Amino acid sequence: MSKELMKGNEAIGEAAIRAGCKLFFGYPITPSTEIVEYLSKHLPKAGGTVLQGEDEVASINMCYGAATTGARVMTASSSPGFSLKQEGMSYLAAAELPVVVVNVNRTGPGLGGLGPSQSDYFQCTKGGGHGGYRQIVLAPSKGQELYDFTMEAFDLADKYRTPVVILSDGFLGQMMEPVELKKRPKAELPAKDWAVGGCKGRAKRKVASYSLTNEIGEVNNLHWEAKFAEMKDSLQRWESFHAEDAEYLIVGYGTCGRIAKSVVLKARKQGFKVGLIRPITLWPFPEEAFANLDGVKGILTVELNFGQMVEDVKLAVECRTPVYFHNRLGGMLPSENEILRKLGQVFDLAVEV
Amino acid sequence: MQRVFGRPKGLTELPFHYCPGCTHGVIHRLIGEVLEELDIIGDTIGVAPVGCAGFSLDFFACDFVGAAHGRAQAVATGIKRALPDKVVFTYQGDGDIAAIGTAHAIHVAARGEKITSIMVNNAVFGMTGGQMAPTTIGGQITTTSPYGRDCALVGTPIDMPKTVATLNGAVYVAACSVDTPKNIIQTKKCLKKAFQVQQAGLGYALVSILSTCPTNWGLSPADSLKWLQENMLPVYEMGELKVTEEVKAL
Repeated sequence: MSKELMKGNEAIGEAAIRAGCKLFFGYPITPSTEIVEYLSKHLPKAGGTVLQGEDEVASINMCYGAATTGARVMTASSSPGFSLKQEGMSYLAAAELPVVVVNVNRTGPGLGGLGPSQSDYFQCTKGGGHGGYRQIVLAPSKGQELYDFTMEAFDLADKYRTPVVILSDGFLGQMMEPVELKKRPKAELPAKDWAVGGCKGRAKRKVASYSLTNEIGEVNNLHWEAKFAEMKDSLQRWESFHAEDAEYLIVGYGTCGRIAKSVVLKARKQGFKVGLIRPITLWPFPEEAFANLDGVKGILTVELNFGQMVEDVKLAVECRTPVYFHNRLGGMLPSENEILRKLGQVFDLAVEV
Repeated sequence: MQRVFGRPKGLTELPFHYCPGCTHGVIHRLIGEVLEELDIIGDTIGVAPVGCAGFSLDFFACDFVGAAHGRAQAVATGIKRALPDKVVFTYQGDGDIAAIGTAHAIHVAARGEKITSIMVNNAVFGMTGGQMAPTTIGGQITTTSPYGRDCALVGTPIDMPKTVATLNGAVYVAACSVDTPKNIIQTKKCLKKAFQVQQAGLGYALVSILSTCPTNWGLSPADSLKWLQENMLPVYEMGELKVTEEVKAL
């Protein structure tokens, strides 16, 4: 097993190749571009295909086509480009096709800027496309996780026949870190006995998303609802960091979760029982992490947006403890001391900064 | 008793439920015959779009994929890139190829994507109830051009096969019609060629076929054919618009 110094975006590309991704369709957009560049250089050598689509809409629909054949396929983009993929994402969810989609979140709304942001949380977790579907969203917080989660995303996509989103940001995607190029144990995955590829020797197969009869439409929707419920029950993941005996919890994912770890250590040094819940699956949101709030006096959610995940935290907490919110916007990151100061303010703690 | 005529093996047993007089059924049959004659039913994957052509999903005996509006050619690209040895075709209306999916229509041709596209041009958006399409003829009344298409305001009809023929990756482009038995026979020849071009791996092939929409045109099936002949044939250039040397040598 080798360790390499890689940009976060490159780690995603390398993980995809090693996970058996055979096709990548993309359209360059900062700060995700190194993914299409890395794969353009390395995927063909590994026997795969990279095609730069005429736009993001084409790219996601090329993924849709390739996925219908049962091949492992991926695309990557950043916020405005990810928006253009939403139509396709809805169709992927409805046709139950496994595709990995990376969103290296930039700032917004609109064209925004290139810095780190978490403003696409709603879009990724609540369904950016039409029709009310759910998709798995994984939130890495460092290079190693960008690699590991990307690999795992292909297995999850195949297992549940669903699009899986890796939600990164411009900070994680552009930073260089050592990444251990781990091999994943081979997961037991269902056979792709639904894939098209020519009906020689078997009955004709169809992969599509529409039903023009309401009765069939309801049957389909109930099927999806059951599937989303199963994913919600079995997939919730998070990291607890000094959360077991915590009186005050910070909740942050990705880049914010990473910064908050240092805040927890600084607060603990001063004798304050602060812990961190870092959601890893943003959908399903790890509600189970908040099942036991005995002894928790309050929660501070830290995000790089106007307040999006905080709504899921409040739902999970169900008013059992007060929830406060801190943010930075437009590509700015909160410093450790800034979060520490905010903790002191909202919980009336005499923290030293 | 010797069977002299029957349903081609390229079609399923399902009865067509297109409107009476609509020529989708004729075109379906021609493609079904070509799939059978070339013996490619088991190796073919079709892509259906949105609109009336979207029903084709159930009517062909080969594997089929349903795409979003306008996206059939991008979806077909993904399928073909994943399975280069299979035969991949799209079956789309004029709204699909010449309006919402124009970008894909241009770029599959530019890339020389080794797929076959069939465009059925009835000069309206059919399934949504007869609205103006980019292919609507000047003066033609539709629900969104109730006073007749005013070309000075909304532009002139797009002759999509002629446009696509200018792109280097398109090696075979034909513009056909199914208004007469003679033209039906000619259309079948072009369809067959378009699939053979793909089998030979030569590049992108497009067959555009003028079709009728009696329901939305508000005409009888017979009058619809007459309307097509009098109004569409003078506007759209017919024939094999592009046949490269490699295709000629097939």
